[in-house]
Amino acid sequence: MNDIASRILKGDPRSVARLITLAENNSLEATDAMKDIHFHTGDAHVIGITGVMGSGKSTLICELTREYRKQGLEVGIIAIDPTSPFSGGALLGDRIRMMEFATDNGVFIRSMGTRGMLGGLTTAVYDVVEILDAAGKDIVIVETVGVGQAEIDVIKIADTTIVVLVPGLGDSIQTIKAGVMEIADIYVVNKADRSGVEQTVAEVESLVDIACTNKDRKTPVLTTISKESKGVAELIDEIDKHKKYLKKSKMFEVQRRKRYEAELVEIIRKRLMNFIFDESKFKVKIETLIDQISNKELDPYTAADEILGKILR
Amino acid sequence: MERKIRVLIAKPGLDGHDRGAKIVARALRDAGMEVVYTGLHQTADMIVKTAVQEDVDVIGLSLLSGAHMTLFMDVTRLLKGKDMEDVLVVGGGVIPEEDIPTLKKAGIAGVFGPGTHIEEIVDFIRKNVKR
Repeated sequence: MNDIASRILKGDPRSVARLITLAENNSLEATDAMKDIHFHTGDAHVIGITGVMGSGKSTLICELTREYRKQGLEVGIIAIDPTSPFSGGALLGDRIRMMEFATDNGVFIRSMGTRGMLGGLTTAVYDVVEILDAAGKDIVIVETVGVGQAEIDVIKIADTTIVVLVPGLGDSIQTIKAGVMEIADIYVVNKADRSGVEQTVAEVESLVDIACTNKDRKTPVLTTISKESKGVAELIDEIDKHKKYLKKSKMFEVQRRKRYEAELVEIIRKRLMNFIFDESKFKVKIETLIDQISNKELDPYTAADEILGKILR
Repeated sequence: MERKIRVLIAKPGLDGHDRGAKIVARALRDAGMEVVYTGLHQTADMIVKTAVQEDVDVIGLSLLSGAHMTLFMDVTRLLKGKDMEDVLVVGGGVIPEEDIPTLKKAGIAGVFGPGTHIEEIVDFIRKNVKR
């Protein structure tokens, strides 16, 4: 077995951190270790937490983690913040709310930039979930960037998806829109000490009544005040119930299969894009084609066929 | 794919002045780096464990309480113990001139006092990052 992989299976934080970096940088060095660890994954329950910016996702994750640690479970956290489309840099600040676990060896937190991904996640997120799982984390929490309405990729990777809302974000029409409001396994209305909480809960509950077609399980709507730790025990309870439901209804296997499908597609996409855009012989060709398109000597579809033809031939 | 420089900006000790730390964090972000900010009141142990998990290339310490001789050096000492000497450590804040040689000897590669231009810090990191 690959060296770094065997150290990860022993839970060594330095190796976990290192492999995450290699995977994130799309380095070929990561591949061998990733191949090895796959056969030691699958046990971690993956919780996706999404919601608008400032809804309290990081603080809620801190509360959940504290409870899971009391139960003796190990927790991995992937905290994603946006990468600037202009500079390529990122300010990763989710950790500020989680510093109480900085010296707890049972918690591993990694902050990541989106690096060009648009769905609320980051390109390497599938790898990082596998790495934390292989390192023995019982729970892996994925915190998306603060989302708008359409960033829903978290459902591809999470076993349990939690959508965090706050009171006062808009009228009832907001809740019947497509996108983020369709993906929750559990809704949480956080900051429930604010005014308007009853209305928000009522609107989400009526959405669930209309939209939830599952006869075996109705999507719960919970309220929390995470800065006061209120409602957190109930949330943990609902996550457990959802996990049991997944196992009993066989939905667990269906969802996991979808996750691996998404992961495979992502690996192929990355490799193909690298092959086309990082390969120097194509680079010159692509620049020439862009010039030709700009000068109206060529249309973009023919140009694309020309590049793809060279690969598929 | 281009490798991004990852930086941890940390506030060790008890002072609550993080304006400088935030300005530096923002400037490094604008220079294309990924910057993890820890918030206030960190111990050296917290900073080093965070640096391990985040696998950063650079640690930037900001301190205005006067405890830099102890706390900055605690960080470099712990880094050695974790086999993390290849992390570039820089410091900033209110630091008297006469302390700088001792800090440099202890592994704080760059010390940036009040009035430092942001570009100077960015350049220093780009030139001296070890991995």
